[in-house]
Amino acid sequence: MDDKKLELVDFAVTARKYKTLLTIKFANRKKYEMPNPNEIRSYIPGTIIKLKVKEGAKVKAGDTLLILEAMKMMNKVQAPFNGKVKKIYVTEGEKVPKGQVIIELE
Amino acid sequence: MSLKKHILDLRKRREKVQLGGGEKAIEKQMAMGKMTARSRILALLDNESFTEYDLFVEHEARDFGMDKKELHGDGVIIGTGTIYGAPVCIFAQDFTVAGGSLGLMHARKITKIMDHALKMRVPLIGINDSGGARIQEGVNSLAGYGEIFYRNTIASGVIPQISVILGPCAGGAVYSPALTDFVFVVDQISKMFITGPSVIKTVLGEEISMEELGGARVHAEITGNAHFFAGSEMECFEQIKKLITFIPWNNTQKAKAFPPREPKFKGNIEDIIPSDPKQPYDVRDVIKAIVDDSDFFEIMEYFAPNIVIGFGRMNGQTTGFVANQPLVLAGVLDCDSSDKAARFIRYCNAFNIPIITLEDMPGYLPGVDQEHAGVIRHGAKVLYAYSEATVPKITVILRKAYGGGYIAMNSRHLGADFMFAWPTAEIAVMGPEGAANIIFKKEIDEAEDPDKMRELKVQEYIERFANPYVAAAKGYIDSVIEPSETRQLLLHAIEVSSNKNDQRPYKKHGIPPF
Repeated sequence: MDDKKLELVDFAVTARKYKTLLTIKFANRKKYEMPNPNEIRSYIPGTIIKLKVKEGAKVKAGDTLLILEAMKMMNKVQAPFNGKVKKIYVTEGEKVPKGQVIIELE
Repeated sequence: MSLKKHILDLRKRREKVQLGGGEKAIEKQMAMGKMTARSRILALLDNESFTEYDLFVEHEARDFGMDKKELHGDGVIIGTGTIYGAPVCIFAQDFTVAGGSLGLMHARKITKIMDHALKMRVPLIGINDSGGARIQEGVNSLAGYGEIFYRNTIASGVIPQISVILGPCAGGAVYSPALTDFVFVVDQISKMFITGPSVIKTVLGEEISMEELGGARVHAEITGNAHFFAGSEMECFEQIKKLITFIPWNNTQKAKAFPPREPKFKGNIEDIIPSDPKQPYDVRDVIKAIVDDSDFFEIMEYFAPNIVIGFGRMNGQTTGFVANQPLVLAGVLDCDSSDKAARFIRYCNAFNIPIITLEDMPGYLPGVDQEHAGVIRHGAKVLYAYSEATVPKITVILRKAYGGGYIAMNSRHLGADFMFAWPTAEIAVMGPEGAANIIFKKEIDEAEDPDKMRELKVQEYIERFANPYVAAAKGYIDSVIEPSETRQLLLHAIEVSSNKNDQRPYKKHGIPPF
């Protein structure tokens, strides 16, 4: 194809470092982040149809927080534990990609 | 009518139908920088070798006013021909006819030529350029796709199947190419995806162009769906022709032998490899120093380039090469490179092509993304493919062969027929630094100067284990060889294994980890 950046880098496999090139795919890979259990994320891309709670509201485990429409299904997003809604990051009608933080509990 | 009139009538009918969607549609096709279906076939096949079938097939749709529409050949051209004298069956979707959309008769034509290819045991080439299912034909069009996929699967491993993407190939249509052996794409022309940019935008609000989503580069470099990438259609046809010279017509034959040729490479093969094991080199230079005419035909050059696969000839006979590439990601095995190598090994095995493995790898790529992406099951594909293969299997260990990588890269233990190692080979359970840290942990921790002690112990480990002789002493390596002897020994190994007969227990099929 074309124009690969020919730059050797130090690349550690176990305890030894090798001089080598990286691939674009490797360089662009997502770094792993520890999940924060207080952050409710969209588990599928879709549209926020209805918010069932307001910021500051107390919720019990299993309470529906919002309706996320995806692939023609109305999915209930439920609270995983008893807590309080700290912040809502989305509005009704908003489209969200997979993995976006939609609500933060505490 | 007189006979002459009948013939003139036939010619007139032919001329009309051969124009496909008509002059305007052809102009449009050319304006997109694309050749027409017919000119593609003629450019790919030997001169005057193309014979067309089903020219006069018409579509059957009656709903939505379709009964008033004439779709010449129903948007696909099928026939037989030759490439460098090798017989092939071919179909090419004609985008000028209703966007090359697939209806019932369109699919019938394709399945007809597929059935013919399978019965005649000759390669099948499909040129895809289609807007997708013909919506007006409803479930009939879905039925058509399904019948194509079924035949792709039945023919898999019996005849070579080649897909050429020269236009859009979207939705369900992508699965026929995905089931075939080799997929060719052309820059700016090929577009493949399951859901297109407009659906993605509606559902997710993500904006992306067709090119960025499923263009030729994406499939050649990121997804691994494509095996060959070309800058133009004509370049793509040259690649297909070259591939045809390397593969047999079917799984009961061997690829055509060519006159033996010495490599063009004139130098010392050992000079390609740096003495410092941490420094990289391009393993393709080693392959070129070994194969006939230094002609190495690389497959999937841009996807997972940390492993190199492709065909070369050894004394005129097609041979598959699998080689770790220290130049990229130090030559590690990861999800993508495992998948790439395993499929190629299975291809070689299905089509009676001996496999030469050149090994220089430090192990598997560490990382959360790799573990979570399933490097266990992807890596297992390599073990499965090598173990399963019954064609002659030869390994040359050039430098590093550590840990699981040593086992995976066609080791004696997976059934290699010949194991050669250069004197620079380091066959060990892991790299010296890591091993010394574990074995001599106590000595290092308790030393007055742990760094100095570590250095000492690493050296001790290198001297004792980082060589091919421990493995050779157990018979895991057949022969420690001088690099300059490599080609001669490989030629010999292939020659003496030409009658290899490795019978396995009967089974319907195995359950490989895919």
